[in-house]
Amino acid sequence: MSEWWTYTPSDFLLFSPRTYYRLIELYNAAIWPGQLVALVAGLAILVLVRRAGPSSGRIVAAILAAGWLWVAWGYLFTRYATINWAASYVAAAFAIETLLLAVAGVIAGKLTFHGGGRWVGLGLFLFALFIQPLIGPLSGRAWSRAELFGVMPDPTVVATLGVLLAADRVRWELLAVPLLWCLFSGATLWTMEAPDAWVMPLAAGLTVAELARRRF
Amino acid sequence: MQDARTLNRRSLMHLLAATAAVGILYPSPATAQRGPLVTRPIPSSGEMLPVVGLGSWITFNVGDDEEARDACAAVMQAFFQAGGRMIDSSPMYGSAQEVIGYGLGKLGTPPALFATDKVWISSGARGPEQIEESRRLWGVPRFDLLQVHNLLSWQEHLKTLFAMKADGRLRYVGITTSEGRRHREFAQIMRGQPLDFVQVTYNILDREVEDRILPLARDRGMGVIVNRPFRQGALTRRMERHPLPPWAAEIQCSTWAQFLLKFIVSHPAVTCAIPATTNINHVRENMDAAHGPLPDEAMRRRMVAYVEDL
Repeated sequence: MSEWWTYTPSDFLLFSPRTYYRLIELYNAAIWPGQLVALVAGLAILVLVRRAGPSSGRIVAAILAAGWLWVAWGYLFTRYATINWAASYVAAAFAIETLLLAVAGVIAGKLTFHGGGRWVGLGLFLFALFIQPLIGPLSGRAWSRAELFGVMPDPTVVATLGVLLAADRVRWELLAVPLLWCLFSGATLWTMEAPDAWVMPLAAGLTVAELARRRF
Repeated sequence: MQDARTLNRRSLMHLLAATAAVGILYPSPATAQRGPLVTRPIPSSGEMLPVVGLGSWITFNVGDDEEARDACAAVMQAFFQAGGRMIDSSPMYGSAQEVIGYGLGKLGTPPALFATDKVWISSGARGPEQIEESRRLWGVPRFDLLQVHNLLSWQEHLKTLFAMKADGRLRYVGITTSEGRRHREFAQIMRGQPLDFVQVTYNILDREVEDRILPLARDRGMGVIVNRPFRQGALTRRMERHPLPPWAAEIQCSTWAQFLLKFIVSHPAVTCAIPATTNINHVRENMDAAHGPLPDEAMRRRMVAYVEDL
């Protein structure tokens, strides 16, 4: 693409905010009561991270992998891709993250927790599970358009970043896709002039800052 | 040129049939008050087109949402009822082509339709495949106009499009750009290729094309389609904070949208503008801009000065 510097994110926004949020509304209605299953899965992760047992890491990784796979297929590929052709590629990236979680977390058992969890990671996870779904409705959007962990990309990604920060060791290979999604989602929402466009870049920033703090 | 004349005769018959059908099916008592629909000839054939068309970027990309698809179909119906012809889309616009096909299916593909689409793929070899997929999505036997979107792989795609035109599978060929990009290369292609149409961004604040592209289109006998006439609605939203000047009534403008559209289509090189909307009232308002007097050069200067002062 020549003269690439003349392009802005708005040149790549192919849909209106109204269409975007209506898509979420129709998706939420179609998968109900799947959201409750996802909430229970999220609570299970919380318990497993806090009360670490020998298989906690593998189970947490399996739940997260299931969430990423569902979001890749159930939302990104079959829904979001109908209004955004780039979503097919994003779905592939989410499928790769699923694979990485399965290999590193479930098969190799490299995602471990010593119990208690690190507070920044736990904070991010709690935010994704309980606070993030409220941001949309508190910004004036209908409750039927709320975005929940395990069914929508944003809270699933923030929850994953929280789990990765709460783990005993940083699994760098699992961080790339979630951090890239934060930028993609932030740019999309910013272009749509959404009041909550700051959430995903802030989550990415917090993650990077925490990782930098641990390293130096 | 023989082909062009044959097609022109056929399209004239289509146009007459369509005009009659529109008049019979959708009589409009307001038409007599507003004056006839303003049309412009396509320079390469003389076929007349209303100066206001319908774009589909963003607005028609509504996915599988049936309610929203019906709303788009209603916009198309209002557009045809008001005498509109050109609907423009692209494979780049998500589900827009499919939604247009849905609307055309619902409306029974009005004979007035001037189906305008684009080819947008980096592989020249896969251009025909994409064009066929677009045609299938629209549900039309053939496109009236195909354009190379944003000059992507234009050398390969123009070969395909000119071959389709020679075979009678396409009536007109064009190229597009937007937001003032690649104008130097755009002008070079205009000088070197026998294009029927070019599509560019032009509005009362973005007038760069007045310097080179529009005069060149006139010299080369090319039709001009204008995209982003309202800067994706930002221009109308900005203008609506201010009152219309009282002298806008002299050119029968009662809204800012009409004011902005009349400025664009009054340029002698412009064939039509393609505003996009999901609102029936807006499409009617836009089509109203294709009625009544258009501003002359002095009025156009006055319009620019007024808007730039706001």
